[in-house]
Amino acid sequence: MATTTARRSRFYNLEFIIGASLTAIICFGVLFSEVLFPGGATKVDLAARLTAPFTNWTHPFGTDPLGRDVLARVLAGGKVSLLVGVVSVIGAVLLGVVLGLVAGYYRGFWDMLLMRFADIQLALPFILLAMTFVAIVGPSLTNTIILLIVSEWVKYARLVRGQVLTLREREFVLSARAIGVTNWRIIFQHLLPNLLGPVIVLMTLNVANNILLESSLTFLGLGIDPSTPSWGGMLADGRTYLQTAWWVSVFPGLAILLTVLGLNLLGDWLRDSLDPSGRSSRP
Amino acid sequence: MTTQTPLLSVEDLTVAFGENRVVENLSFTVEAGQTVAVVGESGSGKSMTSLSIMRLTDNLGAHFKSGKIMFEGRDLAQATQKEMRSIRGNEIAMIFQEPMTSLNPVFTVGDQISEAILLHENVSRAVAEDKVRQLLEMVRLPDAANLMKRYPHQLSGGMRQRAMIAMALACRPKLLIADEPTTALDVTIQAQILTIMRDLQRELGMGMIFITHDMGVVAEMADHVVVMWKGRKVEEGPVREIFANPQHPYTRTLLSAVPRLGSMKGERLPKRRPLTVLEDGQPKVVGEERVQDTVRTDEPLLSVEDMLVRFDIRKNFFGKVTHRLSAVSKVSFDVYPGETLALVGESGSGKSTIGRTIQQLQRAQSGVIRVRGKSFADMSSAELFKMRQEVQYIFQDPFASLDPRKTVGFSIAEPIHTHGLIGDRKQVTKRVHELLERVGLPSAVASRYPHEFSGGQRQRICIARALASNPKLIIADEALSALDVSIQAQIINLFMDLQADLGLSYLFISHDLAVVEQMSHRVAVLYLGQIMEMGSRQQIFEQTSHPYTKRLLSAVPIADPAFDRAEIRIEGEIPNPVRRVGDEPAILGHDEISPGHFVARGA
Repeated sequence: MATTTARRSRFYNLEFIIGASLTAIICFGVLFSEVLFPGGATKVDLAARLTAPFTNWTHPFGTDPLGRDVLARVLAGGKVSLLVGVVSVIGAVLLGVVLGLVAGYYRGFWDMLLMRFADIQLALPFILLAMTFVAIVGPSLTNTIILLIVSEWVKYARLVRGQVLTLREREFVLSARAIGVTNWRIIFQHLLPNLLGPVIVLMTLNVANNILLESSLTFLGLGIDPSTPSWGGMLADGRTYLQTAWWVSVFPGLAILLTVLGLNLLGDWLRDSLDPSGRSSRP
Repeated sequence: MTTQTPLLSVEDLTVAFGENRVVENLSFTVEAGQTVAVVGESGSGKSMTSLSIMRLTDNLGAHFKSGKIMFEGRDLAQATQKEMRSIRGNEIAMIFQEPMTSLNPVFTVGDQISEAILLHENVSRAVAEDKVRQLLEMVRLPDAANLMKRYPHQLSGGMRQRAMIAMALACRPKLLIADEPTTALDVTIQAQILTIMRDLQRELGMGMIFITHDMGVVAEMADHVVVMWKGRKVEEGPVREIFANPQHPYTRTLLSAVPRLGSMKGERLPKRRPLTVLEDGQPKVVGEERVQDTVRTDEPLLSVEDMLVRFDIRKNFFGKVTHRLSAVSKVSFDVYPGETLALVGESGSGKSTIGRTIQQLQRAQSGVIRVRGKSFADMSSAELFKMRQEVQYIFQDPFASLDPRKTVGFSIAEPIHTHGLIGDRKQVTKRVHELLERVGLPSAVASRYPHEFSGGQRQRICIARALASNPKLIIADEALSALDVSIQAQIINLFMDLQADLGLSYLFISHDLAVVEQMSHRVAVLYLGQIMEMGSRQQIFEQTSHPYTKRLLSAVPIADPAFDRAEIRIEGEIPNPVRRVGDEPAILGHDEISPGHFVARGA
């Protein structure tokens, strides 16, 4: 037993170091993109169009078909992508976790209503939902985030409800009830900390998913203004040049990959450090 | 017998996980037809020993540092897994503790037993099925042909364990390893299983290794005993020698901690007994002997009248209830201040349901529960909330009843915060420290988490938590059954000390009659949700009147190999308490045969 703990803690630190540095580097680049490349994301230089990466050091990652610098655009595009990815996930978690907790703990009528609603939501195709929603409220950054929250909260609600159903029968919940602890405190003091592990894992995976969903919405004209750079949008733009100029789409793709990797490692670390027994509870 | 080579001989065996040795320099032998009991408390390495013989330790990542396991001229420690596969189940078979988890729920019992036969013997399906029928009859399962087509969940615990034994015996093994085979079963069922195992061993002449922590079972089953402690063998010898004249200090403390049924004969009141503990490798007697004269019989603290609890089990297509479980049928009793009332009975007797209903974890269909004369029905919600302060509940499994993500200090302080007993933060911390010291733990452990404690320490923490709200009544639901005997003896004394100091009443729910005899003032025997017999400790144990109580008492294994066991054959299953609506069980009346001694009439 002692050996497994030791092995885990070695990985555990490595997870934190790699995850935290990846996330920090990306956040730094994205936040200070204006300072690092003033106006670089939108400056058109048709003379230098489709420069290959690593050939010209004014454009280290090359340029796109309009001669805009890919590195500058990746950093600038991160603003929209990270904003959409992170905010929509946080929103979906807040909504889904609270509803899942309440439904699972109290059971009964509201639980049934909520879960049937969740079933209907899952049965609706995402694009159909998006088109209807945008037709009513119009496309914008805020609306994209709201749409993603509305379509993603169900996953958390279902996950949390399932966890609550098993946890609420456990003896420590029963013993808290026997002492007279209020339902509200049981839910937030005892149930919530015990089901955070799987929620954190789902969250980190969901960020990538939402970044890509934003790009499909933008691609269909249902998301944000297409001239604003975003990772998903750049991926879609570069698709036509994939055979001749791979760098246009590969670098934003790499940015998504590294962000997700960083967040995943951080999430794993967070989940393990929240568990006092040191046993990781992989879902 | 002794001149020929033994069936199995373990020589100088050391098993280790990395550098951590779980079994060290262990040697013992098993002859054909002999039962060797390997005894020890949790963490003594007894289960590792059995898994090593089967070479199942390989999957767990253990390796052998030294030693041989000689079985029929072969060294199993050196055998390949392929060779082991032909030995496992065929020549050495094993029975585990939990019969439900050892049977595959999606195959019928017949399929699972015939699988073992088809695997090891070259016979046709029809022949195999015929053999299965014989095996099931051999373990005295009635209606074998029909039973083969049933799934594990349709069988009771005792029937499942018998099916497991049938499976283990399918290939007529030369050696049977039984790892705590009766620990999860009720006493009457345990008695049946032990008889069957003893008879079969005699019939088939196989060697048997019986792993257990229950000294009573050892006394009933074993010819030879190996006592293990911290991975080492501390003592070995014929069973009568070990019990009559234990040599090693550990064996002596272990035996002195075992509660013995009948040891309180002639005593009117329960008695706190001194403990024998190991100190610097020597047994030492600590603590005083004290008669537990704590009952004040002026006004009952708790009074339960005609409690009735039924659960709806099955509904038909239209949502109408068709089957109900009568968990508690018209049960009445009182508990006085400073008194311990024990509720004893087998699984399904409703003893836990009674406790849970008093703790307001469950609703009763009818009946009156009064605390100090005031009925629950007449109480305001604030008064009912206060009941959760005055009545506390201790669960069987201390690990499960503590939130794994909260420090022990938080858990103990929770009742104080919930009921607003102490406002000041510093005072709460001080009280938590006091409580920890009261139950015999250092106050510094308050900042630790439940997984950092041993089972006995966790139960102490649960007791500290229960004491935090200054309760008048503590409901202890099998609070001792998950603990090792030496720890159990300490916790019994802790319960009794707290009663003497604080005047607590206990509703002590247990299936362990020896413990009940030692610590309770009065006893109620429950069977299928009704009280069969209720009276003072002495009335129940010395003037036993109801046949069910007699049957229960005779099934308890006595931790004394010299005890002359009358061969009472206990037959029959515990009946299913689920009944069709309209077919409710008859409610039995009670006769008071002597003052305070009630016995159920008829049936």
